[in-house]
Amino acid sequence: MADFGGTDLEAFRAEVRAFVEANFPASLKGKNPMMREERAKPTPDMEAWRKAVGERGWGTPTWPKQYGGGGLSPAEARVIQGEFARAGAYNPIGGMGVMMFGPTLLEYGNEAQKAEHIPPICRGDIQWCQGFSEPGAGSDLASLATKCEDKGDHYEINGSKIWTSGAQWADWCFCLVRTDTSKKHEGISFVLFTMHQPGVEVRPIPLIAGSSPFCETFFTDARAEKKDLVGPLNGGWTIAKRLLQHERSGLTGAGGSGMAGGAKSLEDMAKDYVGVDEQGRIDDQDLRMRIARNAMDWRAFQQTAMRVMSESKGNSGPSTASSILKNAGTQLMQEKHELALEVMGHQGLGWEGEAFKPEELAAVRGWLFGKAFTIYGGSQEVQSNIVSKRILGLPDLTQSK
Amino acid sequence: MAVLTEEQSMLRDAAKSWVQEKSPVTAFRKMRDSGAELGYDAAAWNEMAEMGWAGVIIPEEYGGSDFGYLSLGLILEETGRTLTASPLLASALGAASALVLGGSDAQKQAWLPKIAEGSAVATLAVDEGPHHAPDKVATTVAGGKLSGRKVFVLEGMAADVFVVSAKAGDAIELYLVKADAPGVSRQRLSLADSRGAANVTFENVAVSDADKLSGGSALLEKTLDRARAGISAEMLGAALQAFEVTLDYLKTRVQFGQVIGSFQALQHRAAKMFTELELSRSAVEAALTAIDNDAPDVPELVSLAKAKMGDTFHLVSNEMVQMHGGIGMTDAHDAGFYLKRARAAEAAFGNQAYHRDRYARLQGY
Repeated sequence: MADFGGTDLEAFRAEVRAFVEANFPASLKGKNPMMREERAKPTPDMEAWRKAVGERGWGTPTWPKQYGGGGLSPAEARVIQGEFARAGAYNPIGGMGVMMFGPTLLEYGNEAQKAEHIPPICRGDIQWCQGFSEPGAGSDLASLATKCEDKGDHYEINGSKIWTSGAQWADWCFCLVRTDTSKKHEGISFVLFTMHQPGVEVRPIPLIAGSSPFCETFFTDARAEKKDLVGPLNGGWTIAKRLLQHERSGLTGAGGSGMAGGAKSLEDMAKDYVGVDEQGRIDDQDLRMRIARNAMDWRAFQQTAMRVMSESKGNSGPSTASSILKNAGTQLMQEKHELALEVMGHQGLGWEGEAFKPEELAAVRGWLFGKAFTIYGGSQEVQSNIVSKRILGLPDLTQSK
Repeated sequence: MAVLTEEQSMLRDAAKSWVQEKSPVTAFRKMRDSGAELGYDAAAWNEMAEMGWAGVIIPEEYGGSDFGYLSLGLILEETGRTLTASPLLASALGAASALVLGGSDAQKQAWLPKIAEGSAVATLAVDEGPHHAPDKVATTVAGGKLSGRKVFVLEGMAADVFVVSAKAGDAIELYLVKADAPGVSRQRLSLADSRGAANVTFENVAVSDADKLSGGSALLEKTLDRARAGISAEMLGAALQAFEVTLDYLKTRVQFGQVIGSFQALQHRAAKMFTELELSRSAVEAALTAIDNDAPDVPELVSLAKAKMGDTFHLVSNEMVQMHGGIGMTDAHDAGFYLKRARAAEAAFGNQAYHRDRYARLQGY
């Protein structure tokens, strides 16, 4: 196939289309195993698709080609997205390496670190997990205590992390550790280490929604190599804040509704479960108006996400608006989950069993899991602090005299 | 902020500096204190018209610049900031839209050049009851006579011509009725927001086919959607200003030995307002852009903008008074002006409840 120079989008579209036709297994059409645990036990078809996409760097289309990315423009990336969607294909390259760690390492990593760690992310060979929160360091993340000691030729890590999503499937961890106990923010470092070592133990945490990707992770004399310290010693907080911006832009739900309960819209579900009046309106005026309000707010949210994208010139990274988007988007999603349950009535109360349709059970689990949206990735309250201090310039409270 | 053309940026900058120099909130206060019959300052309106603002959506052949609705929205946003009262919305956007969309060449020739130069004021006379309900029309045309009563007619005292909705048989039609025609009488409304408005009675006013615009109820809806998007832009500016003034106050007012803006209870409410303003700006700009593009989803995008903007202006104007405390309750402070303008603007061309219901209907539920 001809080398693509980036001037002719239609030629590129044809190239992508031909690639998808040749490589995307029919068995996977319309599915997205990336969203489920199946991802940890891939079928041969899933593996073939991952390798085909990873080889070209098309799962990380705008990342630099020298590290295994696609080296493509945002316009070309959209062509790939569009062609995948058209064929009912998913992007098999994902996870925290793509969403958060990769963009951060590209910005803050040294040459050797980028050359070692970015290509396996682009190929989907290595899955990453995030060692940030601790039992005693949630919203107040900078109070983290996991200890990291210099042992001459390596670092030794002791302590524990919590809410490490996907730790049970992860190969590597990007981790915030304490390297100086005399300072708070300036005593934190950002290190990388393999999860496949004896000093690392992972225990999944059952949640109110049942099983979950969240884990507790314990480190007992775990080892990190010296070369895997990212940025300066005690300079990890700056990197962490940047990474959290990437996380927040990924958590807003701007990419889709993420709604449990199947492909049916909330208003169509309401028509089915509640019924309609003689004019075809949902036969519960109060519920109908709350559904309309949620739908309208959701649309204004999407318009804002689009506006932020069109306003951000070039690839300057996530804007400060990512903080307002996270709060706005997650609250609307939770509201939508609550509405779905209300629409389903008694049928929206099932935990398991054949008395309930799969989408009804999914709605219940989605509602419960959705409570995490306003807690993780910087809680709603932390986001409001960020907006009021960083964007609006409101001052910190001082001790009253 | 939407990505603007060079012309749009220039218009916005011109509006920004004119409003700051010539029409700060003190100008609105002066107009209110003078008890101006029209509800606006005629000299200021002349200046606005001289800068071409009254012709922004009017085609060049009728004396306008045809820059479009997003452009006019940018001006309305700036004038909205300082509550500048003028016929810009009612005449240069609302009534002008009806003429541009449904007028014959003769009707356009008769009115659009005058509207564009600000020498004539036109306005929509649509509502008949306490709530916006454009499909409930008791005004009739029969035997060449138009009779009925219209309420809450914006700039109704200043208008030289009304665009009146009336039932001709079963169909809703729009008619041009001159304010000095025999049978037209108007009653000035003294409103909380001090803007110009009137109730207008039409008693056997002679109308002919030459006075009828073409398009019927579809024209009425298209015209109203333009007015709704326009007033949403004005509301955006006013809400932004109310928010910024309040934010300044949070940074300067000291209680308990510190500026009150350091209290989290106020910070989070400020963050909420900022978020809602960002969402509202997106909705307003999307509606204006859709009108300029003649997009098929104009009605739903306009209802979204008017409802969202109404909620946000409502919230911000309430918080402006609350966060200012006692001083915000005084007439000497501007907070009350924004509170009053918010409620009047919310009610104009359909409030939040109206537009949420309309949005749901348009979506088929």
